[in-house]
Amino acid sequence: MTLSLIMLALLITGALAWRAERYWQGSAKWLALMSLALLAITFAGFVINYAISHNNDFAQLQVLSRINWIKTFNIQYSIALDQLSIVLIALTWLLAIICVLVSWREIKRHVGFYYFNLLLTIAGIIGVFVAVDMFLFFFFWEVMLLPMTAIIAIWGHEKRYFAALKFFIFTQVSSLLMLVAIIATGYFHLLQTGQLSFYYLDWLLLDIPLEISQYLMLGFFIAFAVKLPSVPVHSWLPDAHTQAPTAGSVLLAGVLLKTGAYGLIRFVIFLFPQASVQFAPIAATLAVVSIVYGAKMAFAQQDFKRLVAYSSISHMGFVMLALFAFNSMAYQGAIVTMVAHGLSSAALFAMAGMIYQRIHSRDLADMGGFWQSAPRMGGFALAFAGAAFGLPGLANFIGEFLSLVGVFQVMPEFAIIAALGLIGSAIYGMVLFQASFQGAPKREIIDLQSRELIICGSLLLMLLAIGLYPMLLLKFSFGV
Amino acid sequence: MTVIPLFHVLILSTLLFAIGFIGVVARKNTLFILMSLEIMLNAVGVAFIGAGSVWQQADGQVMFLLILTLAAAEVAVGLALLIRMQKKYRSLDIDLLNQMKG
Amino acid sequence: MIVLLASLPFYPLVSFLVLIAFGKKLSWQLAAIISVSSIALTVLVSAILLFELSASQNQVLTVNLWHWFDLTNQMGTSEVNMRFYLDGLSAVMISVVTGVGFLIHLFAAIYMKTDANFSRFMAYMNLFIVAMLILVLADNLVLLYLGWEGVGLCSFLLIGFWYQEKSNILAARKAFIVTRIGDTSMVIGLLLLFNTFGELNIKAVTTLAQQGHNLAAGSSPVSSAEQANDIYWIALLLLGGAVGKSAQLPLQTWLPDAMAGPTPVSALIHAATMVTVGVYLIARMHGIFLLVPEVMNYVAWLGASTLLLAGVAALAQTDIKRVLAYSTMSQIGYMMLALGAGAWSAGVFHLMTHAFFKALLFLTAGAVIYALHHQQNLFKMGGLFKKLPFETSLFVVGLICLMALPGTSGFFSKEAIIAQLWSSSTAGPMLWWCAILGALLTSIYSCRLFFLAFLGTARFSENTHPEKSTLLRSALIVLALLSLFGGLIPLDLTLVFSTVIQTPLAQLIEPTWLHTVAIITPFIGILFSWFYFKNYRLSPLKGTKHNIQPSKGKFVVFCRQGLGFDACYNALLVKPYQWLAQINKHDIFDQIIMLNAGYVNLWHDSLIFVQNGSLRWYLAAFGLAIMLLLGVSLL
Repeated sequence: MTLSLIMLALLITGALAWRAERYWQGSAKWLALMSLALLAITFAGFVINYAISHNNDFAQLQVLSRINWIKTFNIQYSIALDQLSIVLIALTWLLAIICVLVSWREIKRHVGFYYFNLLLTIAGIIGVFVAVDMFLFFFFWEVMLLPMTAIIAIWGHEKRYFAALKFFIFTQVSSLLMLVAIIATGYFHLLQTGQLSFYYLDWLLLDIPLEISQYLMLGFFIAFAVKLPSVPVHSWLPDAHTQAPTAGSVLLAGVLLKTGAYGLIRFVIFLFPQASVQFAPIAATLAVVSIVYGAKMAFAQQDFKRLVAYSSISHMGFVMLALFAFNSMAYQGAIVTMVAHGLSSAALFAMAGMIYQRIHSRDLADMGGFWQSAPRMGGFALAFAGAAFGLPGLANFIGEFLSLVGVFQVMPEFAIIAALGLIGSAIYGMVLFQASFQGAPKREIIDLQSRELIICGSLLLMLLAIGLYPMLLLKFSFGV
Repeated sequence: MTVIPLFHVLILSTLLFAIGFIGVVARKNTLFILMSLEIMLNAVGVAFIGAGSVWQQADGQVMFLLILTLAAAEVAVGLALLIRMQKKYRSLDIDLLNQMKG
Repeated sequence: MIVLLASLPFYPLVSFLVLIAFGKKLSWQLAAIISVSSIALTVLVSAILLFELSASQNQVLTVNLWHWFDLTNQMGTSEVNMRFYLDGLSAVMISVVTGVGFLIHLFAAIYMKTDANFSRFMAYMNLFIVAMLILVLADNLVLLYLGWEGVGLCSFLLIGFWYQEKSNILAARKAFIVTRIGDTSMVIGLLLLFNTFGELNIKAVTTLAQQGHNLAAGSSPVSSAEQANDIYWIALLLLGGAVGKSAQLPLQTWLPDAMAGPTPVSALIHAATMVTVGVYLIARMHGIFLLVPEVMNYVAWLGASTLLLAGVAALAQTDIKRVLAYSTMSQIGYMMLALGAGAWSAGVFHLMTHAFFKALLFLTAGAVIYALHHQQNLFKMGGLFKKLPFETSLFVVGLICLMALPGTSGFFSKEAIIAQLWSSSTAGPMLWWCAILGALLTSIYSCRLFFLAFLGTARFSENTHPEKSTLLRSALIVLALLSLFGGLIPLDLTLVFSTVIQTPLAQLIEPTWLHTVAIITPFIGILFSWFYFKNYRLSPLKGTKHNIQPSKGKFVVFCRQGLGFDACYNALLVKPYQWLAQINKHDIFDQIIMLNAGYVNLWHDSLIFVQNGSLRWYLAAFGLAIMLLLGVSLL
């Protein structure tokens, strides 16, 4: 119940912020920040309280509420939590607060409406992570999509309409396939048990013959592969990332991509284990191609944000590869990579936003030598680039290393090619850092302000903490 | 009094209609288009009258009266528009009005 | 005592954090004191630890900091910990790193005094020491890799320290990416290693590998044939990592360019410590390498070819630091040769003495460069003998150690290597001759360097202004003493390299003249240079215009540019990658998907043509359609 209230509260504060901005200028961001912090604490309190009072570590899905919604089709409002969703929701809270902080000065038009959209997206994302009724899941999937499109289309950069449209069409078309798969699986449940059901835990009990389940699996897989994104359906990402406002990019890279990975874990691999195993070679090939291709494309970019966007494709390839290795260590590696990438790419996009605020350009050719005037910024940029190219001691290394060790036991060839991605990542990481912060100083910029220091510092701290003490995450089993 | 065969009447009316139609399509000047429209209406009128006289019934003439009134009304509206157009565009070129192109 | 071991990397780490956090607010004195004293503290602690180590029973100290993560495979779970492991080998390394590191820090504090970013420089140097200590103290290969990448990052930062110069940042990028290629090979090696043994702890891996080997010798050759193959690949992949970091063929191209960094950096990172970690890695994993004599043989040949190639390249250089860089490469070639021949202790011994005298050479070169207003070109030096007597004498000390003249530390270590080559089962007479030839080359390029820089006439106009600071000079003097007498340090690594398996000794009779030849080779080189480089050595006769110019012969230029490796890699790897990136800049997949959009647009455009807004067009179409319909219905 608390969880539903939290989502509702996000919606209400969003609407409140929208109205409040009309009366008191500058109130919307404070309202958003305060409510996010408060709700995050509420969420943490709720989880801890639940864990203690039920003596439960969330290793299995804990169904929190189940209410009839549309009786005719046996659709229920049912939500649940387990370790995987808790970790991802925690990441969402952190990045949501970061999002508000990075938009602090950046957003100048329709401020109230902006925070409404932001909070609505976050509510949608949390809904996606907790829904266990497939219809509800689909509902939240759309809820998070629409305000995100609005954020890109209204507050984005010069080609924002195009990017928003591309983002919208890609995700809509793919989620349509998912809808078909959802309905088909629900119908299959009707055939097998005599009752229509969209309840995830019911579906887990289904015994679907392989020839049917492979098509159902494919429906889900395509939707999540687009969201992840994987080559060859990745091309919405560079445009959307580049054109979105900073907070949009942070949210997209940090959390929205993770919903794809989350879906792959929960609705592809756990629901259709056999079909996924059968499909694994293709998925792994796509993943490896994503890793290498993403790294190569990142190197070719001139646009700071576009470069980071392609690097995201490369990193999410690691996640997909690890998931389709069906190895417990690779699985853990995938989850650490998800969190680590959420933090590091969010940090890099925040960095891009800070640079954009100072020089009004994202072009690497306009940058150079910023270290001279902004050494702190340079230090953070180097650390985040280091995280992106898998510097040991930072979180991404743990994720990639665990994934590679796990994958190597199952598919050594894939692991070796994926390891070559490490060279590619070093190349684009160097290009990114050196083009912006080294070289002859092109202009003076202001070093990080205290608000920006908080953003960068907290992200770096998290990266270091997970990198040096990964047991923070690894002590959970994530339902293996 | 020799009876004119219906066929001849229809040929005349078709010819008139075709002349009017070509006038509407080919002319650029809105005034001439309106005039061509009149010709087309009259062509239809000829056909009605011819047919009425063949079947010895008044319906054809009634229809023609109706067309006549319609034409008058149409011309009244059309000319009014024409004047507006002349005022606004300083021209009667119908192609200037292609603002509804996709 | 355990606490001391655990705390070892933290003194420089704290100093690093303080310097980075407060940066420019610190005065020179404060920054220098913080950074240098942190290293001094490390030296002190390592001295205590060495004492402790020799007193301990099995000559091993370990300390567990915290549990890092677990690795599992079908054989079970193994812990990967933040755990330090100190034995004879790492003891040698930490004494070199902290000792030489301290002296270089001291030197750098004065040498870099006027730099605007002094505290940032010292912070990087401290961070480097941290990473290096973690590397040599790591008890498992993942932690070692952490240090490994850490030193790589510091090397990148320090090469590009003067980041405003385009050439410096390109050199830094090159160093990072080229070593990263080696590192990737090492990562794949780790994956294979874990897959084979289910362990990444160095001690455990070594034990497991040798157990497997001993089992195979007895029975069940079927299962171990696969394992033997795995071990072969593991050794080869680890060698790839070592080759990248230690600038050996074929990944040696980054080291000469790395000289773009400040001179203390070249001394610390690119001569004394970081570039030798490849040697350390192989020595550390000797248990694996011993099982695959083929790879040992490759190591030896790799070392020998680097030794010779770098020697030849050093002969053609015009930049004093680049001569020393190639010389470093070639000396590491010696170490590799030693490892390949199974002369583990000798290789590590040479690592140590080389750290002393090469650091001395670099620092003295730095002092000379400083005195000459940042002039690095040998052909613009000359006659420094009279102007800078102090620097000259130190440089001579460094050079005679490099040439391995009898009595110096270089002599002891190099002789120890050469003496074991002939009869080694994985080396042999051929490689012995390579080593001798290398020694000859070494003495020739050393003499050339000395003549060009210090003898002859001065080929520069400005006055020299040597740095006369006592601290700086005392650091140099200590290094000189170490170089001269470092060979007397007793190095007992038998406990580390006592191996379970016995490699069959080749029954080669060593000719008696071997040692004589080895000892006189450097003198032959000196004699040869004395006459061959007469021009460089002598002052021109009065009245004659005597201008020494670097040779512009094709072969000399070819050697000067590193024997064409750079050009080759540029054409084979860099250019194609850039071309590939450029040609596919707009993402072929995106273009394919956007074809759909194009298709829709095509329809849009053709339909728009119909909707042209012209009434007459509509009417014509209307009439045409009616006629068509009528025609069709009539027919």
